[in-house]
Amino acid sequence: MSEFLAMGGYGWYVWGSYGVTVAALALEILFLWRRSREAKA
Amino acid sequence: MSAAINWFWFASPQTFFPLAGRIARACWVLAALLALAGLYVGFFVAPTDAQQGEAYRIIFIHVPAAWMSMFLYVVMALWAALGLAFNTRLSSMMASAIAPTGALFTFLALWTGALWGRPTWGAYWVWDARLTSELILLFLYLGFMALQAAIDDPRRADRAGALLAIVGVVNVPIIYYSVVWWNTLHQGASVSLTRAPSMAATMLAGMLLMVLAFWLYSIAASLTRLRCIIRERE
Amino acid sequence: MIAAARCILRRDLLLALRRRGDVATALLFFVIVASLFPLGVGAEPEQLRAIAPGVIWVAALLSSLLSLARLFADDHADGTLEQMLLGAAPLGVIVAAKLLAHWLVAGLPLVAIAPLLALQYGLPAPLYGTLALSLLLGTPVLSLIGAIGAALTLGLRGGGVLLALLVLPLYVPVLVFGAGSLDMAAAGLAPQGQLQLLAALLVVSAAFAPWAIAAALRISTE
Repeated sequence: MSEFLAMGGYGWYVWGSYGVTVAALALEILFLWRRSREAKA
Repeated sequence: MSAAINWFWFASPQTFFPLAGRIARACWVLAALLALAGLYVGFFVAPTDAQQGEAYRIIFIHVPAAWMSMFLYVVMALWAALGLAFNTRLSSMMASAIAPTGALFTFLALWTGALWGRPTWGAYWVWDARLTSELILLFLYLGFMALQAAIDDPRRADRAGALLAIVGVVNVPIIYYSVVWWNTLHQGASVSLTRAPSMAATMLAGMLLMVLAFWLYSIAASLTRLRCIIRERE
Repeated sequence: MIAAARCILRRDLLLALRRRGDVATALLFFVIVASLFPLGVGAEPEQLRAIAPGVIWVAALLSSLLSLARLFADDHADGTLEQMLLGAAPLGVIVAAKLLAHWLVAGLPLVAIAPLLALQYGLPAPLYGTLALSLLLGTPVLSLIGAIGAALTLGLRGGGVLLALLVLPLYVPVLVFGAGSLDMAAAGLAPQGQLQLLAALLVVSAAFAPWAIAAALRISTE
């Protein structure tokens, strides 16, 4: 498991990439959901 | 012939609204499934690269994001052009709906490109032709969004944005070519961040799965945003 | 049609002559921006000579943006633009005439002043010709492309900055080939290729931009 997280020493880069991607997409979905709610009101 | 769909029936925002919702929901689910499949292949099936080690696994996001950013810009310009040519409101709304998602993927391509470049080439930003063009593409997206945001009248915003998108999409090849030339003039050896290590079939599979996942995500996000725009305007 | 074009050309040149201050300001901006860089990066001759093409070209870009912001605004404000839109002459021709006037007044002076800046940066004399030619070919393209942005952002709040955001990405090829031609010449290679590309950009933009600008004007004033 720790090997998986370390990614051969490149952990910060790999998880930094995937992490920001997931966060960005999640944020987009969140904003869309909120906008959708406001539009319904 | 007799089964020809009257496309202009769907051009009415009200008619398309429920259909957009159904398509969006399906695409959210499919996107999630494909992403899981792609990530599984990317992390557990594809082998470690000989030269780049585990760092190359960023490719499973970087390349799909870059492809989507370019593809979405063209699609956006297409919808905008349709809206301008046929005066259909829905087409213009679709273009506006796509833009933020396209910009997001452009940003992700740049971000992951930087994080891939650091361990591989030693620097976060290397001004290679692809990354620089990607940066300019981001400016094109942001310009489109800024222009539409600055105009209060929706009709003018739609049409002004459409003209800008068309001018942009026509210029993109010229910009890309000029940046490539600029890059060879100033660097000699082309440091191409997207020249992946010779692709094992599994690497390619993982990448393609992620591209499909991003594509379906884009459809879902754009249609959801479109529904918001329709509600807000009507 | 030619008569209308000539009329617009004369009118715009006359107006610019009366507002010499505006013209001078843009020119002054060009000089000031170029003068700032050595203050920022240091006055080492080698370095200045290396960055000269890029700096002069970027300064030209920014200066052209400044002068473009006002291209249609004045006519829009006093109603002349509406008249042009309603008039008999094709809007594309009117636009072309306005752009020619604009370039004569805002672009050509840059070409004239550039050798002075080149002197400041220690650019070797043989390169002055390439510099002048590249600017001569490039500044009209800047006017043509920039005018599309000016027409789209007519009357909008945040106009000037928005114009810059819209137009600067589109300026990249002109900048690359313009400064690139000088870099090639500085390295002893022939700048013909880049200059020809600039000429091609000029021909294509001269052919298509006026109509895009006309469309943008209609969109902005309806």
